[in-house]
Amino acid sequence: MSVNWRNVSLFGLVGALILGSGFLQSWNVALVLLNMGLVSAIMSLGVNMQWGYAGLFNVGIMGFVALGGLAPVLVSMPPVGEAWAAGGVRAIGALIFAALVLIGAVQIWKRMAKGMARSLAMLVLLVAGFFIFRAIFDPAVDAIESVNPAGTGYLGGLGLPILLAWPVGGLLAAGAAWAIGKTALGLRSDYLAIATLGIAEIIIAVMKNEDWLARGVKNVVGLPRPVPYEVDLQNSASFVARMDAWGFDPVTSSSVVVKLGYAGLFAVVLLILIWMSQAALHSPWGRMMRAIRDNEVAAEAMGKDVTRRHLQVFILGSAVVGIAGAMMTTLDGQLTPGTYQPLRFTFLVWVMVIVGGSGNNWGAVLGGFLIWFFWVQVEPISHWLMGLVTSGMADGSAIKAHLLESTAHMRLLTMGVILLLVLRFSPRGLIPEE
Amino acid sequence: MELLNAIVAMSNYVLIPAIAYGSQLALGALGVTLVYGILRFSNFAHGDTMAFGAMVTILITWWFQSMGLSLGPLPTALLALPFGIVITALMMLATDRVVYRFYRRVKAKPIIFVMVSIGLMFILNGVVRFIVGPGEQFFADGERFIISARDFKDWTGLEEGLAFRTSQGITIVTAVIVVAALFWFLNRTRTGKSMRAFSDNEDLALLSGINPERVVMYTWLIVAALATIAGVLYGLDKTFKPFTYFQLLLPIFASAIVGGLGNPLGAIAGGFVIAFSEVTVTYAWKKVLGYLLPESLEPSGLVQLMSTDYKFAVSFAILVVVLLFKPTGLFKGKSV
Repeated sequence: MSVNWRNVSLFGLVGALILGSGFLQSWNVALVLLNMGLVSAIMSLGVNMQWGYAGLFNVGIMGFVALGGLAPVLVSMPPVGEAWAAGGVRAIGALIFAALVLIGAVQIWKRMAKGMARSLAMLVLLVAGFFIFRAIFDPAVDAIESVNPAGTGYLGGLGLPILLAWPVGGLLAAGAAWAIGKTALGLRSDYLAIATLGIAEIIIAVMKNEDWLARGVKNVVGLPRPVPYEVDLQNSASFVARMDAWGFDPVTSSSVVVKLGYAGLFAVVLLILIWMSQAALHSPWGRMMRAIRDNEVAAEAMGKDVTRRHLQVFILGSAVVGIAGAMMTTLDGQLTPGTYQPLRFTFLVWVMVIVGGSGNNWGAVLGGFLIWFFWVQVEPISHWLMGLVTSGMADGSAIKAHLLESTAHMRLLTMGVILLLVLRFSPRGLIPEE
Repeated sequence: MELLNAIVAMSNYVLIPAIAYGSQLALGALGVTLVYGILRFSNFAHGDTMAFGAMVTILITWWFQSMGLSLGPLPTALLALPFGIVITALMMLATDRVVYRFYRRVKAKPIIFVMVSIGLMFILNGVVRFIVGPGEQFFADGERFIISARDFKDWTGLEEGLAFRTSQGITIVTAVIVVAALFWFLNRTRTGKSMRAFSDNEDLALLSGINPERVVMYTWLIVAALATIAGVLYGLDKTFKPFTYFQLLLPIFASAIVGGLGNPLGAIAGGFVIAFSEVTVTYAWKKVLGYLLPESLEPSGLVQLMSTDYKFAVSFAILVVVLLFKPTGLFKGKSV
């Protein structure tokens, strides 16, 4: 395989941008950029599988990110014994009951003959099931949430190592993707878009309101970390001695070392995923996916089960996004359902994929880094630009103050302009599909 | 008496709000459905177009208020509305010229149009936040109530009050006028007929000499008017906050799809279906049931099927049910 120097130089450019912000701003800023860039790259890899390989238009990425983000809480927080004793079993039992009701309804729909009787039976089962579920569930939730509401008030997790949460986040997202795909994938593309948009909002609503699960908007903070704490490093004599020997300030370098640790872990995940996606794309399976994307009818005529393949790739892509979501929560050290916004987590990832080059894994990764860089840096840049524009105006004028204040909203504007420009003048993206 | 009280409570908390909200959704869904019928894509920028129109109207309203202009008991925003519509329409025509026309000429796939509309959504969202900021804005003035709860109690001697706010009355009246005018336009005028022809069968319409660019232009003009009116009414009734308009996208799409995408009548029906279900499912029925049931059966809880935070879940659930069992919507829409 020949080396494509254009692509290498594009990646070099992104590296230079991040290094540049390291020199100009600080190394901590550069490493934060790098870490979130790695996470964004994984998200856009996942979306690229759905859109680039198969042409599925998923605008519910936020939901999968959030579900993945739930995993670190469920896996690694210590269990709250009291809450489990208060109503844990009952709550879980209620959820199992709800699942059984749903399965029953689906079975009625499949088994019974078509007609009024079937619709009525299903309706009665669902309505009765809902009220029984609420009757079992509500007292359990009240009991759980009243256990030390300021500190816990939720069931807690399993107390396992947090790295385990990453694959679990993928599994959670994959499970949701299965349920959505089963219902929505037979529909045409616009409807899938709207269905996924809705499900993402619902996932966020559930995470915000179900306090027993992950404390809702009260947030879970202080998740365990896969890397050492800065304070521990600063207190370790050998670390301080080594940094002193190299001539670094131990306080700054401790946070740099921690961030480098995250970057290393994330890079490993990204490399594994990109290796797997490249292998998949170049396998017969990848060719089949692209064939389906380009002409569904022809692929179906060749005996390919289009809906099934779509479901498969939808689940795979969502799982990758879920892994990224779990990694992001791990990096933040907290789960804050209030911060999930569709513009940031759904549409921004779309901009990454399209700008990078849909259908090309390297393109998606590049887009992830590049767009994340701009998303973060547009604010200081536009602040500086605005300062330049308004420098002629009188100090204290209302327009000047308003303009300077509003630079925070330049991000959205810039992303929209970038997306439109790429779609218009370079629809195949920076690194086009081979 | 108990029964009357129950009816009044229900009208106060369920019927009137749901009718007002339904009218707003219906106007929004009409815009989405027209774009879908004529330009054949789902316009994700519609929520932010509504925000843009509402914002322009708010700015003009403030200007009028500062000059002392007012409509007496009616909100000044009604006076500013035509100006808001004109500016929004100009904006829409400009975006069509700069952005969409190119993709029509190259006959891009609908999904590309959707992506382009997402780009525009970002831009409009940014522009609105840039101009008025992300916070809530108030611009309603004039008389607050047509019937206030206390007056109603004094008149009727009932225990329950019934409040009918001016914004709700205006919403309903405006929606009726706008819908009537739209249907008159679509069914009676030459341009309206050419729009329907274009929507039904593009090739045949082109063959009979209909100018597609003209049809598209009129569509954008009407969509701009509908979006601005819907945005202003929603802002008057609740509050104006850019992010809420983005979130309205889901119930609006749900209304349009439930009614049948591309079918104006369906959009209206869909708007009311969604609004009524959202309000009934998230309303706490304790009060109404308290009047209706004998004391021994009186409910202890709130009798709220779902907390208000799940209202999106309601519109979404209806959407999924309709899509699964009747993919073309309640009224026959397109399913290309």
